[in-house]
Amino acid sequence: MAAISFQSVSKAYPSPKSAKSSDPGRTFLALDGVSLDIEEGEFFGLLGPNGAGKTTMISVLAGLTRASQGRVNVLGHDVQSDFAAARRSLGVVPQELVFDPFFNVRELLRIQSGYFGIKNNGAWIDELLENLGLSDKAGANMRQLSGGMKRRVLVAQALVHKPPVIVLDEPTAGVDVELRQTLWQFIAKLNREGHTVLLTTHYLEEAEALCGRIAMLKTGRIVALDKTSDLLKAASSNVLRFKLDSELPRSLAEQARITGRIVQFPAHDALEIERYLAAVREAGLVAQDIEIRKADLEDVFLDVMTQNKDSVHSQGVRA
Amino acid sequence: MNGWQTLLYKESLRFWKVAFQTIAGPVLTAMLYLLIFGHALEDHVKVYGTVSYTAFLVPGLAMMSLLQNAFANSSSSLIMSKVMGNLVFLLLTPLSYIHWFVAYVGASVLRGLIVGLGVFLVSLLFTSVDFVAPLWIVLFSLLGAALMGTLGLIAGLWAEKFDQLAAFQNFVVMPMTFLSGVFYSIHSLPVFWQGVSHFNPFFYMIDGFRYGFFGVSDVSPWLSLAVVGGTLLAVSLAALQLLRSGYKIRS
Repeated sequence: MAAISFQSVSKAYPSPKSAKSSDPGRTFLALDGVSLDIEEGEFFGLLGPNGAGKTTMISVLAGLTRASQGRVNVLGHDVQSDFAAARRSLGVVPQELVFDPFFNVRELLRIQSGYFGIKNNGAWIDELLENLGLSDKAGANMRQLSGGMKRRVLVAQALVHKPPVIVLDEPTAGVDVELRQTLWQFIAKLNREGHTVLLTTHYLEEAEALCGRIAMLKTGRIVALDKTSDLLKAASSNVLRFKLDSELPRSLAEQARITGRIVQFPAHDALEIERYLAAVREAGLVAQDIEIRKADLEDVFLDVMTQNKDSVHSQGVRA
Repeated sequence: MNGWQTLLYKESLRFWKVAFQTIAGPVLTAMLYLLIFGHALEDHVKVYGTVSYTAFLVPGLAMMSLLQNAFANSSSSLIMSKVMGNLVFLLLTPLSYIHWFVAYVGASVLRGLIVGLGVFLVSLLFTSVDFVAPLWIVLFSLLGAALMGTLGLIAGLWAEKFDQLAAFQNFVVMPMTFLSGVFYSIHSLPVFWQGVSHFNPFFYMIDGFRYGFFGVSDVSPWLSLAVVGGTLLAVSLAALQLLRSGYKIRS
């Protein structure tokens, strides 16, 4: 049985533009026929640019939003008709840094356990606090905690009922290195113990390091779905990378990925690399710190997103 | 504790933690009304022929405080959770809409009763009051608090910002409580306003409640019971429907 199963799921919102127009039938499709099965025990990554529909998918999964079409199951429980069982199986770490200012950390975790009907959860709460580096904050009010500490509490809250399926919506956004390390060690441990993990993140190196399988989402559609290793294999195998103090000619710049002084070209073989370097030289520029590296997930991601550029216009807004 | 009991506990703990503001404050306000109006009007007004004005005022003020605080509890808790975003922790739980209803209204009833009792006990320092029919007192306290807790639940779901909730409180709840006969017997009103008052469900809550103390009221307590019970049923069904459909909390 799949841990998480999306079957032809669409979610339409009233289009913001059409609210004023005379055509009330126009809607914006945040999700457009998404089908996806995540098996038990997987560490699965959901990637996509802002507005691709990642959070909508998670909201539908968690029952925060209702799908317009299609069905979503968690361990075989429909998230609408069998919501109680589905939500018991699911632990969701929301993206927004939200908290309840009335309570301290331990009180919050006790209350959250209680919502799931769990009594005497003290031992597991202690373990969560310990593993997330929160032990000395157990008595602190949520208002007194720093952003990173609040994030840890969000994770703990999602895990109080020991859910077999864990969903993390950009858990490391704006989080320091230490917490990222602590968090991933803990989540990886839970995954080894059999918990299924669904992760969305903008840090592609994290996804590459952690996720066995990855789906890429764009304008509400899945545009790539494969094992992380196969995605990497299929991509252009190498990347030429160098630094440059001046601007590239336009014809070259269009093929490159430029981050400040760093210029990167996808390259399949030595000939291509030589050609790029020659073109740079002919433009009268000096490339520094030249290196050739293996393509990483970020390259794959950018590849997939540019390949699917044309489809954006045809499906963004629909009648 | 199971799920809904935990939510009831959490909602009660929430107001209890700021009891100075949620309990002591309203009690003090009611005492000021009692002292000022009692002082100004005690020698000039007699109600039902025999009841002193201060004694008449006590049940009205206790009930008014009870109603306002029952409303404030569910409505402010919900709007805060919505604005701060922490309602998501509740939305992610297996609690059903009936659990939500029972817990939010239950905590409101509890706060309303505590404040009402507080007002009543403190006012005993200034005057003495009879208990002709205590069962009516208990019954109308419970029904009134439940009705206002439920209205607060609806207002909290509906409002998206604090000022919308404040508008609901200032333009609906306040006028209806003040014009319901807390400070006067409606028999002292011109006939037209007596008629208008009969369309105000708050009037029946306070009138029925007061009957329990004096054994005298503007209308029969049975009529009040029917009106309050009927209104409670109607708003409860509306609130349950809103919760079931996820009105403004699940898109």
